[in-house]
Amino acid sequence: MNILVCISNVPDTTSKINFVENDSKFDTNGVQFIINPNDEFGLTKAVWMKESNGANVTALTVGNPSSETILRKCLAIGADKAIRINCEALDAYSVAKEIVAHCQTIKYDLIICGRESIDYNGGLVPGLLAGFLDYNFITNCVSLEISDLTAKCAREISGGTEISQCELPLVIGSQKGLVEESDLIIPNMRGIMMSRQKPLEVIEAMSISAKTSDKRFYKPETKSEVKLVKPDELDKLIDLLENEAKVI
Amino acid sequence: MAVLVYLESEEDKFKKTAYEALSYGKALADKMGVKVSGLIFNCSDTDSLKKYGVDKIITIDNPDFQKFSSKKYSHALAEVIKSENSSVVILSSSANSKFLGAHLSGITDASYVSNVVEIPESISPFVIKRTCFTNKAFSSTEMSDGLRIISVSSNSFGMVESFNDSTVESFNPEKVDSNQEIINIEKETGSVTIADADIVVSAGRGLKGPENWGMIETLAETLGAATACSKPVSDMGWRPHSEHVGQTGKPVSSNLYIAIGISGAIQHLAGINSSKVKVVINNDPEAPFFKAADYGIVGDAFEVVPALIDKLKARQ
Repeated sequence: MNILVCISNVPDTTSKINFVENDSKFDTNGVQFIINPNDEFGLTKAVWMKESNGANVTALTVGNPSSETILRKCLAIGADKAIRINCEALDAYSVAKEIVAHCQTIKYDLIICGRESIDYNGGLVPGLLAGFLDYNFITNCVSLEISDLTAKCAREISGGTEISQCELPLVIGSQKGLVEESDLIIPNMRGIMMSRQKPLEVIEAMSISAKTSDKRFYKPETKSEVKLVKPDELDKLIDLLENEAKVI
Repeated sequence: MAVLVYLESEEDKFKKTAYEALSYGKALADKMGVKVSGLIFNCSDTDSLKKYGVDKIITIDNPDFQKFSSKKYSHALAEVIKSENSSVVILSSSANSKFLGAHLSGITDASYVSNVVEIPESISPFVIKRTCFTNKAFSSTEMSDGLRIISVSSNSFGMVESFNDSTVESFNPEKVDSNQEIINIEKETGSVTIADADIVVSAGRGLKGPENWGMIETLAETLGAATACSKPVSDMGWRPHSEHVGQTGKPVSSNLYIAIGISGAIQHLAGINSSKVKVVINNDPEAPFFKAADYGIVGDAFEVVPALIDKLKARQ
């Protein structure tokens, strides 16, 4: 089975969010980039599938050379091969179109993307891929079993879980639950050494234009200071919530 | 040129998020000077939609659409978009709507923006405000020409009433084959879900162990609230993953968020930032949550929470 895991290069979850160039660009100064957490759950699942049933796992990102650091990490975690499509990731649409162009040259049975990235939060790439390629699609995926060419998946829905079954090829939007946080693979020295021997292929981009562009970023207004209520004055808290905030 | 709103229903009823999406669609249609239509699948409650200004209600009544399927629904939507000559499609931010929105934009080659919080600041160019960096920032995003799909953040635009005696038309989409089949749906019964809740009561490691969650559940029940938890709590298995709110968990955009024994790590705050009013109860006055909260109590949760439950019960 051929598995493609699409990886987004995102600022570390503790990063300070600031903007430069008249608030038109994210300030990457001093920011550490990581594998998007939702993608990493998916990558871990792919490595498990490789270990249990045998599969080829390719990690792919669309981005400039700086995103190779996280691709090397994907190789150290257990991917067999990495691909970087060489361009700036402009928006979800152009990124998905670049990935689709690659998927027309190599056929993947399973494409795994994080359900959303933690920077732009669009949640769009997996759906676009499924739509463009006419593959089956399950997002918010919390369990996946594949036997022969049939996938059994669970997805989180409002207030519960939905179990479904479909044929491959399939695109999933992965999230925590597909594997647990404690299952994430921390690369050991052997993995890191081996990752240097594994192929990291750079493909030239199709230069597809974006459909959306961020004109200006801004941060929420700073909050007014917290109103403290003493633990023995709970009537006051209830009064504030009822009459000032009007939320109960 | 028209606005089309996908109105999600469950068991013949619309959710609050459907009315929010419709209110948004109506405001946008007014700004664009066009009509707004609503599309519903297997739901008979058309009367309740008239309150929110819809001009035309398009109904698809077909057993093939009894259960949600992003493929079938998005192909049907694509057909309606064509026949209605829609230029903008509005969806809510529910799990199914976001699932559908992404799939639909692939099928229709449309531009798509999610997590939208306001009607566009301008129509030409089409510039829209959305949250990004998990609620740590906003972006004014320009969408290119052609079909546009927007998913509106829950509890951001709100429900706006404006009566319209709308027409109702039925629509028969072509049958789309799918080898995807739902085997089972497991739903927790009786409890309020985080996505639908006006109030969320959330607790963290400060509670010391899963055996102490009784008071959290009682407080939630008293307020008609959903229960939630911080990441370490779900990682340790004290509570199910479905309750984890924060950057890698669920987003919360309730009216009231009560955090008990949660220190307020940046990843947690990001996930709950779009809640309107935040209350923190924590024995550590230095907990970062106090900087993000509107109201706070520095005190022992094991004393404050039971006392709060008694006061709230007495008030009812």
